[in-house]
Amino acid sequence: MHEMALTESIVEIALEEARKQGARKVTRVSLDIGALSSVEPEALEFCFSAVASGTAAEGAKLEIERVAGAGWCLDCEQSVPLAERFGACPRCGGYRVRMTAGDELKIREMEID
Amino acid sequence: MCSVCGCGEATIALDKDRDKAGAHTHAHGPHDHPHDHDHPHDHDHDHDHDHDHDHPHDHDHEHGHDHDHDHDHDHDHRHHHEDGAVDYGKGLAGAHVPGLSQERIVRIERDILSKNDAYARDNRRFLAERGVFALNVVSSPGSGKTCLLVKAIDALKERMPVTVIEGDQQTSNDAERIRATGASAVQINTGKGCHLDAHMVGHALETLSPPPGSALFIENVGNLVCPAAFDLGEAHKVVVLSVTEGEDKPLKYPDMFAAADLLLLNKSDLLPHLDFDVGACLANALRVNPRLQTLIVSAKTGEGVAAFVAWIEASAARRAVDMAKG
Repeated sequence: MHEMALTESIVEIALEEARKQGARKVTRVSLDIGALSSVEPEALEFCFSAVASGTAAEGAKLEIERVAGAGWCLDCEQSVPLAERFGACPRCGGYRVRMTAGDELKIREMEID
Repeated sequence: MCSVCGCGEATIALDKDRDKAGAHTHAHGPHDHPHDHDHPHDHDHDHDHDHDHDHPHDHDHEHGHDHDHDHDHDHDHRHHHEDGAVDYGKGLAGAHVPGLSQERIVRIERDILSKNDAYARDNRRFLAERGVFALNVVSSPGSGKTCLLVKAIDALKERMPVTVIEGDQQTSNDAERIRATGASAVQINTGKGCHLDAHMVGHALETLSPPPGSALFIENVGNLVCPAAFDLGEAHKVVVLSVTEGEDKPLKYPDMFAAADLLLLNKSDLLPHLDFDVGACLANALRVNPRLQTLIVSAKTGEGVAAFVAWIEASAARRAVDMAKG
């Protein structure tokens, strides 16, 4: 979806943290992106090099960890994998599932120099 | 997977202690392990994973995730700083060169949308201080948002002042249509942007200066995906869906219907000419969001517009009461 805007935000946060740490360069940025977050990792990677260019994050490696979708099914009383947002429980077919993982959009850590 | 013994059950648990160096247990499965992983060691582990123990912020979050993927685990942390950042004693090439090229890993744990959310909080505070009731109106292109707003403004303007922020990629056509009602409107052109963000809206609020006690419509860029993720500081998102679009749209674009508080099913005047199943559409929307309120409206005939206006007045009044209570 709005990968360009998200990437701008990623680079902005990374540069802000780098300044706080007195770093010259950002060499790696690691993200957690949920599989149900409607964000395309490839599009993020594509935007990242463009947005980071000319900044202290230029050339930084973007690492994306896909977090699998999961939910808690109230009827099965257990954690179940979720393939889509608001999808049915794969065990019982019911919809009383609360998403517990998969919508992450987070900068986990970064490496600076 | 653990490359020391090949088991897939390595658990890396960091406790909340301030001293992170070596505060890592490496618990393996049910088989015996010839040596334990207590720290400090006098040798480096060379697992192929890269896991640092530094916490630049407060140590109030827990890490207890299972790592069953490959990591480079470096146990050679030495220098702890006041800010919690840990210097690796090694540079890129693995050489010890104190004072030179010290790669550091900084734990951030920040939401990518945190910047937008901070602007949204500012907007929300500004609106609350003025007693302005803001609605973020979202839909796909061509659902009849602007037309519906024109109708709603005509019905609402005698009862409370109304202002509008119009978001479109290009042109100020929509703002001109709104201004024809007598309401003041600011147009934001996003250019290539597919949604409004809270920063743009903050600037528009400065220009617009909505009067105290007014209603503010923020008409987002026509797009059922992106605007769902960007909080603008509004009281509610209102999603407009037209009956020419298909009953399953709430299932195809669930984020937007989950984020909204009110669904306006527009163009009801066309229903006699279509096979659109209103019940199925509402059922799909409610499956995604059981708390969603729904109204059937027609900007053309005016059906349901009075109900929408009543919803705005009642919701604005309730919000004002809630704000006064703190």
